[in-house]
Amino acid sequence: MSTLLDSPLIDNPWVANSAQIVDVRPEVPGVSTYDLVFDNRDVAEGYRFEPGQFNMLYLPGFGESAISISSDPSRHGVLSHTVRVAGNVTQSLARRKVGDRIGVRGPFGSNWPVDACRGRDVVIACGGIGLAPLRPAIYEILNHREDYGRVILLYGSRTRDGLLYTSEYDGWRAKDMDLEVTVDIGDANWKGHVGVVPQLFYRHRLQAERTTVMSCGPEIMMRFVVFEALARKIRPENIFVSMERNMSCAMGFCGHCQIGPYFVCKDGPVFDYRQAQPFFNLEDF
Amino acid sequence: MANKQLPVGSFLEIDATQLQVLIDTLRASGYRTIGPRIADGAIVYADLTSTDQLPVGYIDRQDGGLYRLEKSDGAGFFDYVVGPYSLKNFLFPPRETLLESIRKNGTWQMTPPEIDPTPLAVIGVRSCDLRALAIQDKVFLGGPYVDPGYKARREKLFLVAVNCRRASATCFCHSMNTGPAVNGEFDLALTEVNGRFVIEIGSSAGAGAMAGIDWVPAPARVVEESRAISDKLKDQMHERDQVPYSQQTGTRQRHMDTTDIHDLLLNNLEHPRWAEVAERCLACANCTSVCPTCFCASVEDVSDLSGDNVRRERAWDSCFTMEHSYTNTGTVRKTTASRYRQWLTHKLATWSDQFGTSGCVGCGRCITWCPVAIDLTEEVAAIRGDQS
Repeated sequence: MSTLLDSPLIDNPWVANSAQIVDVRPEVPGVSTYDLVFDNRDVAEGYRFEPGQFNMLYLPGFGESAISISSDPSRHGVLSHTVRVAGNVTQSLARRKVGDRIGVRGPFGSNWPVDACRGRDVVIACGGIGLAPLRPAIYEILNHREDYGRVILLYGSRTRDGLLYTSEYDGWRAKDMDLEVTVDIGDANWKGHVGVVPQLFYRHRLQAERTTVMSCGPEIMMRFVVFEALARKIRPENIFVSMERNMSCAMGFCGHCQIGPYFVCKDGPVFDYRQAQPFFNLEDF
Repeated sequence: MANKQLPVGSFLEIDATQLQVLIDTLRASGYRTIGPRIADGAIVYADLTSTDQLPVGYIDRQDGGLYRLEKSDGAGFFDYVVGPYSLKNFLFPPRETLLESIRKNGTWQMTPPEIDPTPLAVIGVRSCDLRALAIQDKVFLGGPYVDPGYKARREKLFLVAVNCRRASATCFCHSMNTGPAVNGEFDLALTEVNGRFVIEIGSSAGAGAMAGIDWVPAPARVVEESRAISDKLKDQMHERDQVPYSQQTGTRQRHMDTTDIHDLLLNNLEHPRWAEVAERCLACANCTSVCPTCFCASVEDVSDLSGDNVRRERAWDSCFTMEHSYTNTGTVRKTTASRYRQWLTHKLATWSDQFGTSGCVGCGRCITWCPVAIDLTEEVAAIRGDQS
């Protein structure tokens, strides 16, 4: 797993690298994807990340925000970040234009087990903006499609307006990924599934012993995805979830992102369910 | 005495007057030298130039929510125990600039600040605080990322430890295996014996600091006497273990049963005691401020009116604040009960999963400086069901 220390960056992990915004693509209401290129040539060419990792995007004067990288890991030089406006930092980012510069620290965190599940069937179950941290995993898997068994994406949003990356679905289907899309609330023109993401499990017969599940989305959605996976006898060590907490440092120093013994920034954000289970359903913990 | 290199582990003896020479030597070598001094009615670490500034003869009376200094009839240099400051105040300062960003022509120049090169020498560090230092070393130096400010200050630190001759009522280092005898990394360790000091050499830097000091090798009998002080104190503290709090009269003498404490706390996350302590807890964060191992911090940007000059600063934070567990989907720990539970289960249980040791060194500061006298040893005992 690549970390900040592997990157050709300065040896002080608090220092952000300057990067330029080269593209801004509005995705769904409140969400845009920002493409970043580092100013420093060596950093731009040498930067590597694993699917599931995140950067701390720094807007000087406002602060940092932990944003998952949502682009293809095999595409070097340009990094995409799909960001939903949620607070001061992301609001400030939303006011940036192409050509503006921000600071970037990273990559941080644990990654989806894309390598470990070669030869297996993969079910990716996500909701809303949860598709963004999983998109790099989808790219990795589809770039090496022959190394995997069945690949199924179960994706949903509250309404059709919230569905991310819709223009890519046909391309993914063409690479032999089963794609089920659902919305919680349909409208007169919606011809697809209506219901929550976990219900999409009923549309597939899975072989438990060869299936890995990767899930990201609202905690309640992940809770029921896990429920459906366990009910189908998929073992906890083959179920992966992505947790989210606010971070000030991304390095295990500030203490804010702790859930029980885990620091979401360095032990996560991707956890296998054996780690997550004791603390997953605990209120106020 | 001649400047031959003293081996680490050797024991010397000096007259108390030579302590001034040690201070002078350290200062002449470029160290900012701090030691125990009285300020606002408490003993804190402050700049030291003369032994006249030391609180000789003072002892401290500590209890839940109580700290009083009293002048005793004795003339001990270090017979008080720990005050509200620890090494944390200096190695992990309450506020620190991490990054300075200047915007010129639309581009940000982001650079770390210069780190103050002045090395620090601390006189009077107790065993609990030495162990707390080792614990914070694990946090800031032992993980996949290293904090450069902490590292720079830590590498230049000179420690003159002191063996405690008495314990306060809130001390429980014996329960946490962190004292009372000094054990850990130090440069010199002092024990006051019969008005003189026995010094143990802990490092070659410590040996070097003895040049210019009038010392004699400590006879075996005197070394034995200095060890006996620590042994006797430890035995006295262990006598407390036999007496549950409900049976004690007078000032409660703290101890903590740490048997299976990790599982005890994590298997009792719904115990009614959490709600009970929350009725008393003010979530004031005094405990986390004085705790020598707490490391939670928050990071924020400070900028001038133009917005072109920005400092990114880290400041001490506390898991007792509402903001600490804020996420954009809601605050995770909304109640004082959940926050007290977070603090205690982290300090005594999940800390060992993260860093391999307990987060608590038994210094008792959180008990002394809690305005409502919450006592974590009592809370643990209540959850264990020992409480009557």
